[in-house]
Amino acid sequence: MNEIMVWISWLAVMAGVFFFVAGAIGLARFPDIHCRLHAVTKADTLGMGFLVLGFGIRAEHWHSAALMLVIWLLVAASSAVSCHLLARYEQLEDEQ
Amino acid sequence: MMGGPWLFDIALGVLLVVLAIASIHARNLYAGVVMFISFGLVAALTWTYLGAPDLALAEAAISAGLTGVLLFAALARIGNTGSTPFTPRRLPALLCLAVAGLLMVTLWPLARNPSVLPGMAMANLPRTGVDNPVTGVLLNFRAWDTLLELAVLLVALLGSRGLRPTPEEEPVPWPLLTAWSRLLVPLLTLFGGYLLWRGGNWPGGAFQAGAMLAAGAVLLRLNGLLPEVAWRNPVVRGLTIAGLALFATIAALTAWLGDGWLNYPPGTDNALMMLIEIIATLSIATVLTLLVAGNKTELEP
Amino acid sequence: MTDTLLFYLLVASFLWAAGLHGLIVARHVLRRVIAVNIMTAGVFLALVTLAARAPEPDPVLHALVLTGLVISVSATALALHLGTAAFSTEKPEPTTR
Repeated sequence: MNEIMVWISWLAVMAGVFFFVAGAIGLARFPDIHCRLHAVTKADTLGMGFLVLGFGIRAEHWHSAALMLVIWLLVAASSAVSCHLLARYEQLEDEQ
Repeated sequence: MMGGPWLFDIALGVLLVVLAIASIHARNLYAGVVMFISFGLVAALTWTYLGAPDLALAEAAISAGLTGVLLFAALARIGNTGSTPFTPRRLPALLCLAVAGLLMVTLWPLARNPSVLPGMAMANLPRTGVDNPVTGVLLNFRAWDTLLELAVLLVALLGSRGLRPTPEEEPVPWPLLTAWSRLLVPLLTLFGGYLLWRGGNWPGGAFQAGAMLAAGAVLLRLNGLLPEVAWRNPVVRGLTIAGLALFATIAALTAWLGDGWLNYPPGTDNALMMLIEIIATLSIATVLTLLVAGNKTELEP
Repeated sequence: MTDTLLFYLLVASFLWAAGLHGLIVARHVLRRVIAVNIMTAGVFLALVTLAARAPEPDPVLHALVLTGLVISVSATALALHLGTAAFSTEKPEPTTR
């Protein structure tokens, strides 16, 4: 049982790292700001979710897992807001 | 010896240097400011990694929250004009490389002989009644530094208020950000209070809590949710000087009635430090809010 | 352990020198303010690294850097207000009083 949990946690952490790398590559390679925002916010939110899952399984106490979950929610919400903010800034710049 | 930890060290160091150079020399000033904010966040990560969580908390709140707002506001007012990238010249670069080398030579010996101060601080810590050595140093052993720091904050505020008022645009409320800050600011306030409360025993304290509260107030102000933090309001004026006034009063009282400037009477250390810390938090939060988002149009010439 | 410290001290000196270089070559006031901030960050990094010499981190240096962080943000605010007053693109009407 324990062994399986460790494997699952490793898989989740690897998936998280994969999504972070994918998001970073997207940020560097995509042509315009909307594609870039899409890549970086979506992939990072998902990647961080996987990291929280992976480390949450290994946490010694449920307190730390809950804290990580709260952090993930805050990061997800603020990345959505800042993504919208940047897209709006870009739109205002275009209109001028 | 290129193990895992080394990889992380090198990644952090390279990231710091690259972000620093990029934030100064970015072609677009807007990008430069964003780079500088990222630099602050990487610095916060570095402080955590080097065993200084107190600093990481303060750095994250200050450089990502307050300095970013300051730089963006200044960019909006000053504009991009005259910000053409520099023409690379050899002399300054060589000069600065030489300076870096000299600095390294000077710092090198320091890394090898540890200082005696940490031992003394740790040995005297029980006397202060707190467990967090940083709080103990800030509010007891080196209370003078903190007192003068509050004075510097006040001088910076008075200096910036004495300048010609710049017309400030009323912030345009934007529904998503307004809703998000209605949710975020109570959390920030709660977290600031928590940092203050646990500052005695764990990483945290007046500076981090004050910076956190100021970041929340600035966020509200930028969304137009907070009425202007007006200088003519006596509460605001009172709060800006409260920290310095209380600290100076305690210093004077200990000098007249006790055994010297800021030598707290035995047994009262903890209570006095708590009192100073609470008032200083409010004072720091008010001064930083006024510095970052104070409305200047009300100033009469 | 000492090698790691030396590496961070190297990074700190590079940061300081990069800030100095920016201060010399950059023209725009905002770039200069950022350059000064990079220099302070270099100083803080050196202090925090020196605080990590012993296994128990040095609280005196940490307290010094904490003080410095708050001082540097207030100095930045003052510098930016000065810069804004001097270089603002929209000049307010001069008051005659």
